This record gives sequence, structure tokens and C-alpha cells, in this order.
Amino acid sequence: MSSVKYTREHEWVKVEENIATIGITDFAVQELGDLVYVELPAPGEKIRAGERLAAVESVKAASDVFAPVSGEVVEANEALEDEAGLLNESPMGEGWIARLEMSDPSELDALMDRAQYDEFVKEAGH
Amino acid sequence: MSELRKTPLYEAHVKAGGRIVDFGGWALPVQYSGILEEHRAVREKAGLFDVSHMGEVHLTGPDALPFIQRLVTNDCSKMQVRQIVYSPMCYPDGGVVDDILIYRVCENDYWLVVNASNTGKDYDWILRNISGYDATVKNISSQVAQIAIQGPAAQTILQRNAADDLDSIKFFWCLPAATIAGRKCLVSRTGYTGEDGFEIYCKPEDARHIWDTLLESGKADGLIPAGLGARDSLRFEAALPLYGHEISQSISPLQGNLGFFVKLDKPDFIGREALTAAKQQGLASRVVGLELAGRGVPREGYPVLAAGQEIGRVTSGMFSPTFGRGLAMALVSTEYAKAGTELAIDIRGKAVPVRVVKTPFYKKAYRKG
Repeated sequence: MSSVKYTREHEWVKVEENIATIGITDFAVQELGDLVYVELPAPGEKIRAGERLAAVESVKAASDVFAPVSGEVVEANEALEDEAGLLNESPMGEGWIARLEMSDPSELDALMDRAQYDEFVKEAGH
Repeated sequence: MSELRKTPLYEAHVKAGGRIVDFGGWALPVQYSGILEEHRAVREKAGLFDVSHMGEVHLTGPDALPFIQRLVTNDCSKMQVRQIVYSPMCYPDGGVVDDILIYRVCENDYWLVVNASNTGKDYDWILRNISGYDATVKNISSQVAQIAIQGPAAQTILQRNAADDLDSIKFFWCLPAATIAGRKCLVSRTGYTGEDGFEIYCKPEDARHIWDTLLESGKADGLIPAGLGARDSLRFEAALPLYGHEISQSISPLQGNLGFFVKLDKPDFIGREALTAAKQQGLASRVVGLELAGRGVPREGYPVLAAGQEIGRVTSGMFSPTFGRGLAMALVSTEYAKAGTELAIDIRGKAVPVRVVKTPFYKKAYRKG
């Protein structure tokens, strides 16, 4: 079973068993514009929910990507190092940023589903 | 954003899908299709910019020239009618009020084109210093819209819509009574991108017609509208200073690499004493170009390090679309300002190696002569 959850900082997390694949949403990418650089976490890095997991940079600005859940980084999407544009082309697919082995799956309960996220984006006045 | 000021082209930007941001109180597009595409268009073909937010100050009277000579650091005494001079305008302590373009539009009539966010401050400064001169000054910013067409195809496109021969307008010269798309305007061969191109000053009510006509006419040549994002990345690669970054009230034009535009041998101007003294004593810090050897993007405010110690700060930094790597301009202690010096930039807590390089990063493609 897999499901996608969303954060108020515009990350998405897709869960398959105990592995969380994390990226930034289509909405976030649209707001950021052309992405030119991604700073990835190193596999083995332990990270807590809410901490900085990665950074994505457009021509204009750098933005932090926060970990939606706690865990250990098991894989980072190295394809982004050469081709940050993948984030623009496929933010919810090939543009995934990192995979975490979750230490506390119950953290997922605090996140939004797509309908809630869409509502959140709308209410935020975007 | 209802409190933001709108240019006459605001509706056109919205219609074209421009992403409107608050730029110093103005509602302007940061981008349309994307900064990278717009940047590339200007380097390879052409881009159209709305720069109506820029301020224009009209100065007239028998003492207009002596007053300008007092006001700015560059020498305007040899300016001919239709000629343009770029100059810093300084405080007595050598700090910069603004960097401006001076257009001599008639014998005793000058236009000073100033940075949008500095317009009020500049106008006050000019008023405060004008007493004793037989000259009058007027802020005409709200009566003037400005459109820039920049890039290698700019002249071809503009010529198609111009009544005048644009070859007659040399680099940093203007035609004060030109006709573009049937409308009267002032056209100059100037810009802020490092490319050949023109700036068109027109009446606000004519701006939309000129904008639409040029965009339609230049479509097949690759002309697209370009926003503030590309304007910044283009000027950055050409190492053109931006007020508040490479020059400011606390960063003198000498520190900001504008020494060429500071004529210390000119009889007198505001800031001359302080700048002369600073030059004699040697500058404590100056603006340099920095190139990242590896990955990473430097940003404004990031510390510059030598052997782990902070020796400066980034004034402008970005991922250069043309070179595909992180570049920065930074104000650093003069002892580290020599090209080839190995330094580091603190990027989010990580010391990333950089090297001091000569600027501009991008060799300007101006059409001179």
C-alpha cells in the first residue's frame, strides 16, 4: 500500500512500507521557478522531522527542504546533481529528492492528504 | 498588492502570465516563461523589459551643467547634446547616493535617470544642493514610461518599427525626438544586460502600444518579454553594479570598482575630498568577482573566508545561467582582492572553495564605434 502526504512547507512524502520518498510539490516548483541547483543529504544521515533535509535553489534564491518525517537517509536522488531541471519537469516523479527509512511512521498522521493540501494552498492566498 | 504602484504595462504583464512581485513598492513581473529562458533569449536573440519604474529627473537652466559637475563624480564637461554619461552621485563622505545616467537632451536640458527605489531620496538630495545655481529641477518620473529592448537582435527589431536610422545612435548616445511604432519617444543605445540594445522613454499612454507592437514584430526574431529576474542575472554576469549591493551609502564607488567614473582631477564635486583621501590611504576593502570551483550557489550576505576567518561578504551571488556555475561579487579586504587568490564562501555552514577572478564574468557585447 502506498499513499502520498503533504506538508505546510510544500514537501510531499510517498510511503512504501517503511521507506518515505520525499520531494517538493508541483505547486512549490511553480512558485520557485527554474531550479538550477540542489543540495542533497548524504545517505546514512539521521534527520528529525522539521529539520533541513536539502536545499533547492532557483536563479534568484535558495529554499530549504524540510524532512516531513524522522529517519535515516537511505538514498538521495543524485540525478538532480547534474540536472536540477528534473525538479521542474517532474517534481512528484523523477524529481524526488531523498528516501528515508522512517523511525516513527506515526508522524505521517500529522500530514495532509492531497485534498487538504490543495485547500491549504488555496487558503494561503496563492 | 493593491497598494503597489503599477506601470502602464501592468495589464500586459498579467495577460502574458508574468509573475508579479513587490519590487521596491512597484508591482512588476519577476519572470514570464522562466528566468533561464528569458536570460538566454537576451544573450542570443532579444528580450523586452518594462523599466518604467526607473526615475527621471529633469534639470534645466544656465547653470545646469555646473550643477551636474558638482553633483556627480564623473566629468560631464565634454558632453555633447544627445550624449549620455554614467556616473555615481556621492555624499560628502564618499558613500553613494545613487548611480545614474545623465542625458544631455538639449543645450541646457538634462535628464537624470535614477534607480526606482532611490528616486525620492535622489530628488531630495538634488534639491538640497541646488541652491546658488541658476537651474531648476523637476521629478518627471510619473510622466515617463521606459521600455528596454536588449540582445543581438534588438536593433533589427527596433529598426523595423523606427522612423529614424538607429545606426546613427552610437553607444551611450540618444535621439531625443525619435519615433517608434508611430509614437514620439527618446531612444538611447544603453542598457543593463551586457548586450547591445536600446532604452525607449515614452509617454505612459504610449507604452502599451509600443510594447505590443515590438513584441509582435519581434516574435519571429525570438524576442520575448523578460522580467526582473533575468534583468538581475544579466547585469550580474556583466558585473554591472546594483545600488545597495556593490555600491551603497557605505560602499564607495572606488570600492565598487567604479574608479573609472570618479574623476578626482575634476575641479570640485561632492565627495571629492573623501574619495581622494580614501584613494591615497588605500582602500580597506573592494568588490571582486568570485568563482566557485565546484558545486554550490553563493548568495548575498554569505561570509567570505580566508583560512577560516571572515574577510568579506557576498554582495550579489547566483547560479550563472551562461556559465552554469555559482558566481559571486563580494566586498573583501583588499589584501585578498588579487585575481587568483583562493578563498572560500560559507554556504549554509560549509566552506566552499572559490577563486578571485577578473570581472566582468561575461564580456560585454556592446556595439561601440
